[in-house]
Amino acid sequence: MTERDKILAAIRANQPVLSPLPEIKFNKVDDDSITDKFIKTLTTIGGKVVCASKNDDIFTYISSVTITDQRILNMTDLADLKSLQSDTALPHSLQNVELAVIKGHFGVAENGAIWVTEELIGERVLPFISQNLVVVLNVNDLVDNMHEAYEKIDHAGYSFGTFIAGPSKTADIEQSLVVGAHGARSMTVFLIE
Amino acid sequence: MQNVTKNHAELATEFNKDEERVDWHDETLWWVRQKRDKAAHQLPEWEYLRDTASKIKENVLSNLSGYLQQFEENAEKNGVIVHWAADAAAHNKIVVDLLTANGITKMVKSKSMLTEECHLNEYMENNGLEVIDSDLGERIVQLAKEPPSHIVLPCIHKKKEEIGDLFHVHLGTPEGNADPQLLTEAARQHLRDTFLTRRAALTGVNFAVAETGEFVICTNEGNADMGAHLADIHIASMGIEKIIPERKHLGVFLRLLTRSATGQPITTYSSHFRRPRSGKKIHLIIVDNGRSKQLGREDFRNSLKCIRCGACMNTCPVYRRSGGHSYHSAIAGPIGSILTPNLDMEKYSDLPFASTLCGSCSNVCPVKIDIHQQLYKWRQVIVKNGYTPKSKTVAMKMMSFTLSSPSAYHAGGKVGRWVLKYAPFAINNKLNPWYKQRDMPQPPNASFGEWYAKNRKE
Amino acid sequence: MNIGLFIPCYVDQFYPGAAIATLQLLEKLGVNVKYPKNQTCCGQPMANSGYEHLNGDCNELFIKNFEQFDYVVAPSGSCVLHVKEHLHSSKHPQEASVISNKVYELSSFLTDVLKVESLPAKFPHKVGVHQSCHGQRGLHLSQMSELVADPFSKPGTLLNMVEGIEIVPLNRIDECCGFGGTFCVAEEAVSAKMGQDRVADHLIHGAEYITGVDMSCLMHMEGILHRRGSKVKVLHLAEILNAG
Repeated sequence: MTERDKILAAIRANQPVLSPLPEIKFNKVDDDSITDKFIKTLTTIGGKVVCASKNDDIFTYISSVTITDQRILNMTDLADLKSLQSDTALPHSLQNVELAVIKGHFGVAENGAIWVTEELIGERVLPFISQNLVVVLNVNDLVDNMHEAYEKIDHAGYSFGTFIAGPSKTADIEQSLVVGAHGARSMTVFLIE
Repeated sequence: MQNVTKNHAELATEFNKDEERVDWHDETLWWVRQKRDKAAHQLPEWEYLRDTASKIKENVLSNLSGYLQQFEENAEKNGVIVHWAADAAAHNKIVVDLLTANGITKMVKSKSMLTEECHLNEYMENNGLEVIDSDLGERIVQLAKEPPSHIVLPCIHKKKEEIGDLFHVHLGTPEGNADPQLLTEAARQHLRDTFLTRRAALTGVNFAVAETGEFVICTNEGNADMGAHLADIHIASMGIEKIIPERKHLGVFLRLLTRSATGQPITTYSSHFRRPRSGKKIHLIIVDNGRSKQLGREDFRNSLKCIRCGACMNTCPVYRRSGGHSYHSAIAGPIGSILTPNLDMEKYSDLPFASTLCGSCSNVCPVKIDIHQQLYKWRQVIVKNGYTPKSKTVAMKMMSFTLSSPSAYHAGGKVGRWVLKYAPFAINNKLNPWYKQRDMPQPPNASFGEWYAKNRKE
Repeated sequence: MNIGLFIPCYVDQFYPGAAIATLQLLEKLGVNVKYPKNQTCCGQPMANSGYEHLNGDCNELFIKNFEQFDYVVAPSGSCVLHVKEHLHSSKHPQEASVISNKVYELSSFLTDVLKVESLPAKFPHKVGVHQSCHGQRGLHLSQMSELVADPFSKPGTLLNMVEGIEIVPLNRIDECCGFGGTFCVAEEAVSAKMGQDRVADHLIHGAEYITGVDMSCLMHMEGILHRRGSKVKVLHLAEILNAG
């Protein structure tokens, strides 16, 4: 018997009689309150939310937080940002990215997390290695909780996906919260009306 | 029976020599418990979620072999290479062989309690391989050459001044500077370089989904992602119990995990790995290391529901006042005390007794493990297997005899009462541990039994 | 209604006042109470130390003493919980299970069975209430701070019927005192520290008395208070409900 078969045989011999899988019940919330909830939650966990009516706002924001020779990557198809590069050939070369602009699939109001998959970011490491992160999200793409989130993801065939909820942080030193551990130091979400 | 290492009571006594530190440790962890309470109370459906999570895990344990095979099949379809390890040694060998075969001598590792349990770092170092822990807390204890003292907050026992000194020596931060912001920034710079230069990254696994073959890793720092997405080889180590049936079940567990752990609504990053990056490899190691045996222990199998949130540690009044290292095991606190006797009953025979059985651990557990009941049951098993001192057994037999016999119980007057002989608190001298910091109760002139006989005539 | 009064061994030997108050309180409420004189102990000290298997004779004695009553009432959450969860008998399994269902801790007997709505008690003092873990988390005498559930308290309901009493708030409403049976000596350092911390919480809130449903926790805290030379006293819940 292989190691695998031995392990599986031991488990099979010791597992109890089949107990049923429970259903997951939850209340769907689908009204304006979830936008406020999303903004409040994400702000509480260190993120920043800007309600924007047009892409100009994003462009203005980016200019205000970066200086001329800093590397900015744009992974969105927003016309105003076309001039920014989107080349991500080798992940290690992304180490000097100051700001990455990406799109999110949807946000979750209860925890401020935004669902992002590989096709939205090019290199998987981008939202982590970039010093700062901007996520562009349509205000209609919000759900209340994680059950709805997975209902929305459904059987999607992504290779890599991640929920991102605010900037990278740690409280490992005496439980004092420090923002900017290994990942992005800031997360700004543009909620597009 | 020989106890080579000090037991929990001895180690806790040492920890309690510095009362100020005990108070600080207790307050810090109590604060985390309060954050957990606040987060839980924001969800009216909290108890329903715990119940559902517990039932999902119940189902997982009852069909674990089936789910593991389903997971393996789907993971392989996704291009993930699956390995199986019966024990810690097999796991460590797989890791080292993978590195050696690829000519890699240095690896970066994010938090994995399983690799702590397997003592992987030690094994790698003995094989001339370097491993750097990338979670800030883990890096701190690694530099201090200590094991983590908490599964979620590895260096919760360390004061910032001690960390400042450590970073001054190892990372060149200014002497005497203990500002968490500055120290974290120093670690960020130091570890960024590590991430960029390591070709192999090892991570743990929080959840593995049988239905899709994907696995999920949760971090606040982003260290698991930084390691995995920059390396040629991503090794992910998981215990067999990390399986959940379907993707939608992540909704339940991700709602519970971080709220229970730190009071956050979710970790900053919850990354779902399904396929390797183009041209790169993901190796997944499925580890048993005693878990299948625990599965066969009817009274203790529910301990395998654990999702490693650490809530039981934060709430445990004994853990808070004895420190993680007093448990002398990879996993400390109440959950460690019910998991470790399965691995080595003699070595960890003290741990189920390191509890008042107050039950707070079971109440905060997001998957409703009956931790304090299992502590009680482990005590019975440990005694039956002979891992208790002879003197204790003799005393207990005497006590049992007295309490089974009304005449023996009532024999003698005030000074002859059994309590004065056997009760731990009854002897007023310095050799009695009760008397060290507590006075004994004043014996009354008459017991209730004597009073009753006089005052309530039949 | 015939009540068997079960007085835990250490209460019998060290705190007869708590037992007398329990008896008098029940008599005051008009129930017929009897104290079987051959009782000793529920066996918890052995069981919690891992020696439950030595409890056979102790359990038989318990069954013999208490099987004839309609209810068994004890001024202790811990001992009652032990009987409920661990009274087994291979000779008398039926009797053991019946007793497990009819044994009550005093406060829950008053609120749930007698449905007491008022008490002729007076106790004009500031009192801190210690939630004993076995009573609270084991017998659910009051809501537990860990759970997301509506608050309630059976001992609290009864104390609120006492004239003049002032219940002091606590920073940690249901933290363990650290007694824990043999834990109190086997883990002396942690046990004493837990007790000191618990006592301190009551003291900073100005308690003149600390009360609770378990004399064992109170004995532990009394030992600490006494060592510190504190004037604060411990009283069993029954003693306050029976006061005035």
